[in-house]
Amino acid sequence: MEQPLWVPVLQAVVVFAYYLLITAVLIWAERRVVARMQSRLGPNRVGPFGILQTLVDGAKMFFKEDITPGMVNKVIYNLAPLVGVIAGFLVVAVIPIGGEVTLFGETFTLVVADLSIGVLWILALSSIHVYSVFLAGWASNSPYPLLGGIRSSAQMISYEIAQGLAVASVVIYAGSLRVSDIVAAQSGPGFIDGVPAWYAIPLFPAFLVFVIGMVAEAGRPPFDLAEAEGELVGGFNTEYSGMRFGMFMLAEFMSVVTMSAIVVPLFLGGPAGPTFGLPDSVAWVMPILWFFLKMVGFIFFFILLRGAMPRYRYDKLMNLGWKVLIPVALVWTLVTATFVLIEEAGGLPAGTRLGLAVAAAVILLVLLFGGRASAPDTRSVAKAPDITAGRTPALDEPGSADLQATDHQEVAP
Amino acid sequence: MTGHDVVFVLVGLLTAGGAVLTVTSKNLMHAALFFAVTLGGIAGVFLPLAADFLALVQIVVYVGAVAVLFMFGLMLTRAPIGREALDGQNRGLAMAVAGGLFVVLSTLVIGAFGDLPTAEVTGPRIDDLGIAIFADWVLPFEVLSMLLLAALIGAIVLARRETGESGEELTVTRIEMAQDRDPDALEREQAALTSGSGGDGEEHA
Amino acid sequence: MAIGYYFIVSALLFSIGLIGVLLRRNAIVLFMCIELMLNSVNLTLAAAARMWGGPDGQVFVFFVIVVAAAEAVVGLALIVNLYFRRGTLDVDVPQLLRW
Repeated sequence: MEQPLWVPVLQAVVVFAYYLLITAVLIWAERRVVARMQSRLGPNRVGPFGILQTLVDGAKMFFKEDITPGMVNKVIYNLAPLVGVIAGFLVVAVIPIGGEVTLFGETFTLVVADLSIGVLWILALSSIHVYSVFLAGWASNSPYPLLGGIRSSAQMISYEIAQGLAVASVVIYAGSLRVSDIVAAQSGPGFIDGVPAWYAIPLFPAFLVFVIGMVAEAGRPPFDLAEAEGELVGGFNTEYSGMRFGMFMLAEFMSVVTMSAIVVPLFLGGPAGPTFGLPDSVAWVMPILWFFLKMVGFIFFFILLRGAMPRYRYDKLMNLGWKVLIPVALVWTLVTATFVLIEEAGGLPAGTRLGLAVAAAVILLVLLFGGRASAPDTRSVAKAPDITAGRTPALDEPGSADLQATDHQEVAP
Repeated sequence: MTGHDVVFVLVGLLTAGGAVLTVTSKNLMHAALFFAVTLGGIAGVFLPLAADFLALVQIVVYVGAVAVLFMFGLMLTRAPIGREALDGQNRGLAMAVAGGLFVVLSTLVIGAFGDLPTAEVTGPRIDDLGIAIFADWVLPFEVLSMLLLAALIGAIVLARRETGESGEELTVTRIEMAQDRDPDALEREQAALTSGSGGDGEEHA
Repeated sequence: MAIGYYFIVSALLFSIGLIGVLLRRNAIVLFMCIELMLNSVNLTLAAAARMWGGPDGQVFVFFVIVVAAAEAVVGLALIVNLYFRRGTLDVDVPQLLRW
């Protein structure tokens, strides 16, 4: 199947433009939704419902004076935001945004590159994203950015482990590292009639770990310790201004979009969905629509989290990552592997499988929440490990969370 | 030259340059960054070798974790920067040894394999790799898992400092910034530090 | 391109790493140079795997990466501990075991 060169190029451009556009709309939508949750109006001046606000903000940032403080390490200071944006952008290369589309006599697969190791690509680029935050914090040569950078790189590395383990159980279950194979593996009938075979159901613990991990990985509230404005001024991007700050902002919102896009093919069946018996000439729209809806669901979840949750404390965040998420994901990887082996050896009847799944879920929930109630919370505070050296106790004081509701960090007035 | 060769030449130059800069950088954070570049370059060299799985594992493990770990280490130990970073007295000898080693290695390798072209395969498929790991090499794999567990526990044991164990606790860990520091201030601080904890070390001896 | 060039790059990296190990005195930089040498060996193994066309060389590289990660964790913990107790990272300074 030899294609002319412009077909893959067009595919790549369309996919990247798609995610960029969604990012732009997300910035507006987040401000509107959070404003609604706080009985405000939000941006409503530019365009219908203020939807062009992002464009205007972008233009403003572009023309603002780009200050480079005198003390910084210039090369790295300039490099850090670029690394973040590029890494955030390249992740989407392996995510399909729809099925195949036939236009002008050519077949377009709506993905930039369906690598045989696509899942690893996702993990690799999110680990490169750490560099952006870390280098920005270090190169700024200023205490608060440094603390923010160290905090958030430690956070990202920790949650990457949990996320990687969650992805590992998906890979074991699907038997492939290729994203399109994982999507195809979820297209069959599920083991409960009438419910799609999305991995979110059989691999529910992994799904949960992945979703929590992705909030932490994107550095979003309630896990936005990197830029806790109550404690760290602005975190790693304090010294940045103008377009470079804009790039960090873009990278952050971009990571919300990409994380939402990643979770859909891994756990929610990707672009699959009913086509309602539409004729073939129109049916190609449905996968795109389904993928969009699923992704927007997760984006909305991110926004609601931001509006509803107070910021987590750093030591609690680390405890959650290392003592809850990683063990859960590890155990679930083992359980998944066992089930795959049983399946290969002949398999269990559907009822037993379901019963086992429910029992496992109940045990997990009891372990998670039953233990929490019996153990007094003060103990964990007193014995909290000293994870970030150089941290002063004042930085860990709770009570700064209510500040996050104000919009000033993300969008300069 | 095919596309693979072009990729190889470019990435190989990047890797070698990064390695040279890693060794010669006086600023230790720069050394660590060039180290990360070198590791990324090696991941790039894996690509024309048809080892894309290895390339991505290299990025996830080395660039994403090990190099960042090194940077954390440099910050926690507030790496001394400046004139003492390179040791001049052995320079000629070290160059001679390394150069000699390079000449020996390359002549041996060229003599043995130099004229063999790369086999015209697209590399082992990822399933073959998995089967090789979990069938032929399963015992080393299991041993490795034990090694990882031991390393995890060992690192935790080493990293937790209980008060009154041994050594003088440095209550505050200063973290080094990007800016080069005043070398005299550094020297004074180092002197104070070594005299402070040096006495303690003698007690233990 | 003949496989020999890959071996040359690998030998070059190994030599550079060796120079670093011989010249630098900061323990962490030493450690980085050792990792560099390990990586050059990885490169050799991957090139050999390409030459023979089988998966075994790549499996070896995979194992070496895992071992190197474990080594990096423990080694850094040791180095940081050394720093906290001796106040220096200069590898020439700790000499308690010298007789």
